Amino acid sequence: MKSILPIIVVFGFGFFMLVSFFIPLKGIQDTSQTFQNWYIGVMAFFIFIGIFNIIKINLEKIQRRLRDWQYSIILLICLLVMMAAGFIGGPEGGLFLYFYKNVQIPLGATMFSLLAFFVASAAFRAFRARSPEATLLLIAAVLVMIGRVPIGYWIWHGFPNLVEWIMTVPNTAAKRGILFGIDLGMISMGLRVLLGIERSYMGGGKE
Amino acid sequence: MEVLGVWIASLLTLAIYSFLYKDNPFYKVAEHIFVGISAGYWAVILWFDFAWPNLFEPLIVKGNMVYLIPIIIGLLMFAPFIPKLSWLVRIPLTFTMGISMALFITQIIQGDILPQLQATFLPLAGIHPFKVFSNLLIIAGVVFTLIYFYFSKEHKGTLGFAAKVGIWFMMVSFGASFGYTVMARISLLIGRVYFLLHNWLGII
Repeated sequence: MKSILPIIVVFGFGFFMLVSFFIPLKGIQDTSQTFQNWYIGVMAFFIFIGIFNIIKINLEKIQRRLRDWQYSIILLICLLVMMAAGFIGGPEGGLFLYFYKNVQIPLGATMFSLLAFFVASAAFRAFRARSPEATLLLIAAVLVMIGRVPIGYWIWHGFPNLVEWIMTVPNTAAKRGILFGIDLGMISMGLRVLLGIERSYMGGGKE
Repeated sequence: MEVLGVWIASLLTLAIYSFLYKDNPFYKVAEHIFVGISAGYWAVILWFDFAWPNLFEPLIVKGNMVYLIPIIIGLLMFAPFIPKLSWLVRIPLTFTMGISMALFITQIIQGDILPQLQATFLPLAGIHPFKVFSNLLIIAGVVFTLIYFYFSKEHKGTLGFAAKVGIWFMMVSFGASFGYTVMARISLLIGRVYFLLHNWLGII
């Protein structure tokens, strides 16, 4: 039961969704759409369990007075305030959008901009022309960086066009090759999951 | 209220940048505020944009009892908290895996493989010679990169050389992506510095 039922669920829903793609009958398409709505709704529960876990872990941290427990209080207060603002006033509510605009967006942008400093130090280590391959990486990166700032245009007017060419020709070619590899891998993995050959996502074991 | 918002955003921005010196309480406060606010934001958005219209509205407003099934499936996500019933978490996992894999397979073929393949069949005559060269390079790049990922035969001789050319293409691509990412991060940094100097301090 514990191993057969999940296999029936994965094969039943998966096979139906796969077959429905090729059968344009109204009844089948409507059922397929309903299953897709269920799927979207159930996916939301994955995030809800994540949020539930955040609350649980931080409450435990506060209860046990673990290291830096004081920050967990701040985290929980912010979480509850944001949820209260959203659920009471709605996602278009004033307070919810106020926090979104003045706290979440600036903090998100700053966090990502912080990476500029770390990327710079990573670049120092990565950009060493020790082999022909590393030299190609170095040249492409430097050209793209110079070509995307005004000083690049100032040095040579052709820089922006050269960067555009690098991005659309060699970059696209390699990305496309990699994408084909990923896609074919995904298809074979998808078929393995649907046929019950791949079960590792269930936690393994026969139980 | 607007001025207070600018002050909050500015002080939080400075608190995050204080990490560049070293890990400190200001950074930790800002970090935890970010996690709390983001989690709260996504809880609200997922409820109103996904869970409510796709599950709860049809059940509560339209009285469609069939929608009890996905809600029960979703609630089974919490089964691991009851040790005896923990195995039931496999039901929502297999449900989402089954549907997502079926959707992936069809979407990948229709939305990725076929259009990308079509875009690789490029004209090699009747256009500017440089365009011919570029198109040849794209075709060659795709083929050589794919050869690099062909592991069923040892990369020796002609195959080895083709795989090596594939690596060259990938190195150019990784370098270009790296440079592109660096510039994106720097433009974000410029945006934040501009915000501090313009919106907050009014210097520029």
